[in-house]
Amino acid sequence: MATASATPKVNHIGLPILDYRGGKSTLCAGCGHNAISERIIDAFFEMGVEPERVMKLSGIGCSSKSPAYFMSRSFSFNSVHGRMPAISTGAILGNHTMRAIGVSGDGDTASIGMGQFVHLLRRNLPMIYIIENNGVYGLTKGQFSATADLGSRLKTGVVNELPPIDTCALAIQLGATFVGRSFSGDKKQLLSMLKAAIAHKGTVLLDVISPCVTFNDHEGSTKSYKFMQENDEPINEIGFVASFDEIEVDYSSGEVYEVEMHDGSNLRLRKLLEDYDPTDKANAVRTLMEAQDNDEILTGVFYINTEKPTFIDQLNLVDEPLGTLPESVTRPPRQALDVLMAALQ
Amino acid sequence: MATGDLALGQLESEVSVRQHVINDFSINVATVNGSGSQSANSVLLKSIFGMGVPVSGKNLFPSNIAGQPTWFIIRASKDGYVARKHEAEILVAMNPETAREDIAALPAGGVAIHEETLKLDQARDDLFFYPVPFDKITAAICPEAKLRKLVKNMVYVGVAAQLLRIDLSIVEAGLRRQFAKKQKVFDLNFGAVKAGFEYAQENLTKRDPYFIEKMNETAGKIIIDGNAACGMGAVFAGVTVVAWYPITPSTSVVEATTDLLKKLRVTPEGKATFAVIQAEDELASIGMVMGAGWAGARAMTATSGPGISLMAEFSGLGYYAEIPGVIFDVQRTGPSTGMPTRTQQSDLLSVAFLSHGDTKHIILLPGSVKECFELSIAAFDLAERMQTPVFVLSDLDLGMNNWMSEPFEYPAKPLDRGKVLTAADLERLGGFARYRDVDGDAVGWRTLAGTPHPKAAYFTRGSGHNDAAGYTEKPDEYQAVMERLALKFEKARELVPAPVVERNQGAKIGFLAFGSTNCALTESLDQIAKRYNVQADYLRIRAYPFAQAIHDFVAAHERVYVVEQNRDAQLASLLKLDLPANQVTKLRSILHYNGLPVDAESITREFAVHEFSHQEGL
Repeated sequence: MATASATPKVNHIGLPILDYRGGKSTLCAGCGHNAISERIIDAFFEMGVEPERVMKLSGIGCSSKSPAYFMSRSFSFNSVHGRMPAISTGAILGNHTMRAIGVSGDGDTASIGMGQFVHLLRRNLPMIYIIENNGVYGLTKGQFSATADLGSRLKTGVVNELPPIDTCALAIQLGATFVGRSFSGDKKQLLSMLKAAIAHKGTVLLDVISPCVTFNDHEGSTKSYKFMQENDEPINEIGFVASFDEIEVDYSSGEVYEVEMHDGSNLRLRKLLEDYDPTDKANAVRTLMEAQDNDEILTGVFYINTEKPTFIDQLNLVDEPLGTLPESVTRPPRQALDVLMAALQ
Repeated sequence: MATGDLALGQLESEVSVRQHVINDFSINVATVNGSGSQSANSVLLKSIFGMGVPVSGKNLFPSNIAGQPTWFIIRASKDGYVARKHEAEILVAMNPETAREDIAALPAGGVAIHEETLKLDQARDDLFFYPVPFDKITAAICPEAKLRKLVKNMVYVGVAAQLLRIDLSIVEAGLRRQFAKKQKVFDLNFGAVKAGFEYAQENLTKRDPYFIEKMNETAGKIIIDGNAACGMGAVFAGVTVVAWYPITPSTSVVEATTDLLKKLRVTPEGKATFAVIQAEDELASIGMVMGAGWAGARAMTATSGPGISLMAEFSGLGYYAEIPGVIFDVQRTGPSTGMPTRTQQSDLLSVAFLSHGDTKHIILLPGSVKECFELSIAAFDLAERMQTPVFVLSDLDLGMNNWMSEPFEYPAKPLDRGKVLTAADLERLGGFARYRDVDGDAVGWRTLAGTPHPKAAYFTRGSGHNDAAGYTEKPDEYQAVMERLALKFEKARELVPAPVVERNQGAKIGFLAFGSTNCALTESLDQIAKRYNVQADYLRIRAYPFAQAIHDFVAAHERVYVVEQNRDAQLASLLKLDLPANQVTKLRSILHYNGLPVDAESITREFAVHEFSHQEGL
């Protein structure tokens, strides 16, 4: 036991990590999604974002339940299957001053939700969009999803014969401005990526391989812990220095790609793949397509663009949230109606 | 039935072609869509309006971009009747494709203005024909060949104005208004009107009985379509988020809203106090409305039948998770794609229960353009007060046609933003339970995302929840929320716009109707009184759930006719679910669902059929 006088560690806005915790998870013990929830808690705590300034969005599925398991002081909307993008778009328009984090799954995004997902990407809606990707439908007991790899095998022996949808390649092509892939089991990489995501303005798409211990963690699965531990090939090592951090990170070796984020933070990507330039869109897509052909699972930050205007920029909105604008602003005066009526006479 | 037909025959023979018919006829302008006839029709309509004569216009157009037949029917009515008339007496035949059919449809003694070269005057011997060399006149005044197709339409405005004795100066004033800032366009168009007018003056001898004479019935009135009125209502309700997907006939609701927002809701710094998003489909548009409503925005979408079908899932979420939002449904002819440019009132039942499970929705039913404005504002207030999606059901006839109206009044009440807790409230209360009925009005208090208090957040979900917004599968907790939702719906009966008693003379027979049916029914009730000496009362329903006054009206009458524009008697069905068993048998249905706006004559005839067979049955 700690002594009574020991004060809990607080972040730079003075909140303990307890204020970022959520309800008790009802997902399976060992589920990758729980580890991701933990990293989200760590990231928002370390970045010192007030929980009340965060909205959590989700669709339907195991992944979409997880917002209940982190940051209870944040506002949460668990919507309907495949429709997290629409709910997020509306909620962000209602209050664009908040940070938005959405948690979806591979089924929720790449099958039922594909129609909305691609349009969210086009709009560069400012939000963090996490796909907790396990390649199967858990709540309906283990059917393949559209991100399951070719040749991947279910417990029942059924082999997937359709090619997977690479949500990262899609996101890069369609307009997301921060695209990366990680693995729920890689604490360090995922945490750095999430912190950088919080600092980014625009759509962040993170595809996080998150093994389903009940339906897809066996021999023959390409989304198992074992497979990922053996095949995870990071293209860069992520170092993130927040704007309020005074720590200098020195890389002893390798070439580093530095990105200045809009809040003044620094994202430092040490190149593991030779000459990989994360601002080169076409190369990023080509790299992912080649990896898929070669059965490689690349992780890391594939693409970043800090210049592109967000959907909010394009709409040229006032600084205040639309949802709480006063009547004096939203209802035009009597004289405006008089003018309209006169023109119709 | 026989009696009804006889009465109609008598009525027709009463109208002698020798007598002048003043300010009481319809003009059918038959053109091809995409030919630019819209503005000419509008000028003709506004010219009659300018003569002080009550007027309405109905555009019967195809679901097509260009080249298909379209008809614009202008009705002048000294008595102020604005419904579609059963037949039009005057035809302007500008479409050679349909000219013969259009001429065949004219009543005896009717008028046909047509292109001279079509030689239509041999088609019938009981009409007044006015052949006009439209192409020749147009060529003479419009040197630019590519503009002639458009300009030609203005020539018929001139011809019709002269034949009907509409003052040229009034046509000119209307045109000037229409092309306020475009002198060149005005010159070209007025030149065409004048050429037509002068041609008629010099070459045509007035033989038909139809005249427009000056009245003073339109002073101070406005002309507007229902969709523009809905858009205006939304803007004066302070809408902040508009998410939509284009679909006929609702598109112009959003176009009107957007135009006004750009005019009225941009800060001096050039920033928008609104967001308009054209979504990828209707699933997304209502999803965005729900997201925005959850975050505190006044959000809306506009759609029609097929879009309503797609909105089912999110409507259920909105009902169960209690999220405000306004959905305009400008109804068109169903089922499926149906006839996209024709009117109907056939979404009532599907909207009332839109989505799976025990779901029911508040529906507002405007019956005029003025109510389109007023009920749109009411919809936003109700949505936030009752924390639920509110549907405004208009239809193509009301929404896309021009209607004369009293000017709209500035809303008397401030916005009702409903029950929202602030950080200060939370500090005082020490927390809250999102779905708990603390005030006995069946509505919980909500917080908006971003409220700066540690106790402000709650978890919104469409899955089973208890009154503290926690996930539940416990039977009693689930049921308690469902019972409160049912109670909330009950309470809405007296919060929604009250029905309007249009006629109340203590008659035995009552009529019920909603929406655009009103104009035809009002006229029909006059016909019924005059033709059959039958007095009837009439109550116009303006919202679902039904107010007690609707029950009382049914209870006070021996039999009640429910007039509506769908096949399946949807309003009557909804009433039957609501009324006590002993009242249900009083309802009789008069239905009209061929895609054309209902007309008085059709209601009157159907009523006669019902009444006489009813009496024989006794």
